[in-house]
Amino acid sequence: MLIGSITFAQSKNTKATTEVDGVCEMCKARIEKACLNTKGVKYAKWDVKTHQLSLIFDERKTNLKTVEENILAAGHDVKETKATDEAYAKVHHCCKYRDEDVKNDHTEE
Amino acid sequence: MKKIIYILFILPVLVLSQESISGIILEANEKNERLALVGANVYWLNTDIGTVTDVDGRFALSYSKQYTKLVISYVGFKTDTITITKQKTIEHWLQPTDNLDEITVTTRKLATRKSYLQAQNVLTVSSDELLKAACCNLSESFETNPSIDVNFADAVTGTRQIKMLGLTSPYILITTENIPSIRGASQAFGLSFIPGTWVESIQITKGAGSVVNGFESIAGQINTELVKPATDDKLFVNAYAGINGRYELNTHINQNISNKWSTGLYVHGNLRDQKFDRNNDSFLDVPLKQQINLMNRLQYTNGEKGIVSFINLRYLNDNTQAGQLDFDPSRDRGTTIFWGSEIDTERFEVATKLGYVNPDIPWRSLGVQTAFSSHKQESYFGLNTYDITHNSLYANAIYNSIISDSRHKIKTGVSYTYDHYDEFVNSNDFVRTETSVGGFFEYSHDNLELFNLTAGIRIDYHNLLGTFITPRVHVRYSPWLKSAFRASFGRGKRSANIFAENQKLFATSRNIIINDVGGNIYGLDPEIAWNYGVSYLQGFNLFGKKADITLDYYKTDFKNQVVVDYENPQEVSFYNLEGKSYANSFQVEFNYNPFGGIDLRAAYKYYEVKTDYRSGRLTRPLTPKHRFFANVGYKTKLTEQGSQWKFDATFNWLGEQRFSSTATNPMQYQLPDQTPTVSTLNTQLTKVFSAKFEIYIGGENITNVRQPNPILGTDDPFGSNFDTTFVYGPIFGSMYYAGLRYRIE
Repeated sequence: MLIGSITFAQSKNTKATTEVDGVCEMCKARIEKACLNTKGVKYAKWDVKTHQLSLIFDERKTNLKTVEENILAAGHDVKETKATDEAYAKVHHCCKYRDEDVKNDHTEE
Repeated sequence: MKKIIYILFILPVLVLSQESISGIILEANEKNERLALVGANVYWLNTDIGTVTDVDGRFALSYSKQYTKLVISYVGFKTDTITITKQKTIEHWLQPTDNLDEITVTTRKLATRKSYLQAQNVLTVSSDELLKAACCNLSESFETNPSIDVNFADAVTGTRQIKMLGLTSPYILITTENIPSIRGASQAFGLSFIPGTWVESIQITKGAGSVVNGFESIAGQINTELVKPATDDKLFVNAYAGINGRYELNTHINQNISNKWSTGLYVHGNLRDQKFDRNNDSFLDVPLKQQINLMNRLQYTNGEKGIVSFINLRYLNDNTQAGQLDFDPSRDRGTTIFWGSEIDTERFEVATKLGYVNPDIPWRSLGVQTAFSSHKQESYFGLNTYDITHNSLYANAIYNSIISDSRHKIKTGVSYTYDHYDEFVNSNDFVRTETSVGGFFEYSHDNLELFNLTAGIRIDYHNLLGTFITPRVHVRYSPWLKSAFRASFGRGKRSANIFAENQKLFATSRNIIINDVGGNIYGLDPEIAWNYGVSYLQGFNLFGKKADITLDYYKTDFKNQVVVDYENPQEVSFYNLEGKSYANSFQVEFNYNPFGGIDLRAAYKYYEVKTDYRSGRLTRPLTPKHRFFANVGYKTKLTEQGSQWKFDATFNWLGEQRFSSTATNPMQYQLPDQTPTVSTLNTQLTKVFSAKFEIYIGGENITNVRQPNPILGTDDPFGSNFDTTFVYGPIFGSMYYAGLRYRIE
């Protein structure tokens, strides 16, 4: 019994990091919002420069996969998984992170 | 035949795909132990080709020349992307994710930044901007900033006074690293007690501000962040000399004691021992001065445990001598042969700060600040004596957390203040003790894109001001790109330190009259005001280059004010407001970078600052209705050796200002109703030789504008018409300076 309860005790503040593609502060807002709109996510911080997304969520309510799906739905690629073309099309034209020209526009900032 | 072609085509692909790359992924640690990372993701950027590391941290992955970026990621570690140019064995150490928010230094930043995202109307002035004027101390750091007005308080002590939204500095909460610092006894001269090189950045908040740092702020808040031992240069030296006989020397020595402890020693000295009387009014144009100012900071940073702590010790000794050219303090003090003044200040300060951020839960943090200061000023102005001792204790604890997720942040805490004032004014003693205990709660909502809101409330129990509530609210809305509409309102309450804040009155022959009895503060009531503001910031592209425009309108409405009435030239009287007192300010500011290296800034301000005096509603004296400001900065490109030229020019135009009434004076001591307009131009040129060494030269007021007779009644300084408070423009005329900065990082 005891072993069972320890095994299944899920953390209220589970941490995870993943990589999300994007280029600017607007992307940051969109990515973080997509995460925080997932019920159970308490904290989301995406770094424009490193593309690192740090998450803290309540494991009893959600999991990393659900969050990642929501980010993909918002139009941002998560690691090797590409967002659908429909989702990517919704991203503001200045945030088209797959476009080399857009990337170059943001490099000096 | 077709098959052969297919094979020929496929063959190279097969050959290439047989190439592979292998390596090992290890966990970075302090002891450099080889700890294998099991199950780390290794993949080529923008491809589907990837793998995970095995139990020994090893991996093998197919390789082709077109793949150049290898991404290595693992939960709880920083993701790294490494560039692969040839096939080789890879050994990579992955860093664990640091949970403390790191300070990211951007390579190209503007000297003054306006936020599009915060609810409050905050300007951040970086050390780059501060270098635009060879600012020797904090009071001179605002010369290139149109939101703050800097003028002379009087014609003898050389003290500069700052104003925001048309209100003088007592109505601004001035903090040093969020601890209220320029207040009470240090109100008049305190800005000159913070050397410019100690300042890392300044945050200027227009309007009500936050409730976290107390209830006193009315027009706004100015916070100064000082340089920190862990990030400041190892050695920094700044030497300055001006043709007005002013010499300054600043030395910073910072050292890391261990990987957690660092310490810094900051020494400032300034000296002005040459006498100048360019306008031949027998009075010194600039006072003689000597100051020694020391600070020692101890910083403790423990990233793993999430602890940051500072301990600050400060000591200041400042001596100022002003008055007539031939005044000799040891001979003439207390006599009526020559008029002279001496102000001796000694101040001691201890401040501690402890911040804890839960390493596992980054939104949960606790901060505790305590500060003790003892400020002693002994001074005389002609035959007037003014001494003040002010001992002050401040303690504040803040807890940060979130409600449900990080879009809903809360701050709550408690604060305690103790202030003991002991003042000696001519032959009268004024003593009072103020204590307050308060609690605050601030909620901020950020929907991450269009909207955010900060709403705070505090309740304080104060022995002289009573029990009262201070609400403050800020909202921001950005309906379209690069825009920010802001609105704020808030209440402030404070006790006026009538003598300390108005020390210029001692350099006159006016009688001091307190016209009210029954109030708790020397017979007077507390000052209460509401501040309301709206602002609109819009960034846009002009001819393909970045520009922004800001429109501000703020209104301060006093419910009670301690009115300082100079309208009778024989006296200065203090009384509680009967009727209205308000300050309305409108500002439009435009910033533009027309091409690389050039920054332009222009601003226009309109003030309407009126008070119901006993003689009727009047515009507050020496407050211009119109002000125009322009600044141009130019920087050449940084060369590879790190050398650069920087040029900066600031133009200021002040409209007419009202003189307080001199109608009852004899003809020769009467002044017109309004001052003339004044315009000044400052420039500075810096040559950066390398990251280590730079020199600068500059000129203040290079068009040599001077107020002809800044002192009234110089022919008889002990007579009844002597007055040094009618200052509206420069006294010294043009002033040139040169200096150098040397640093070892």
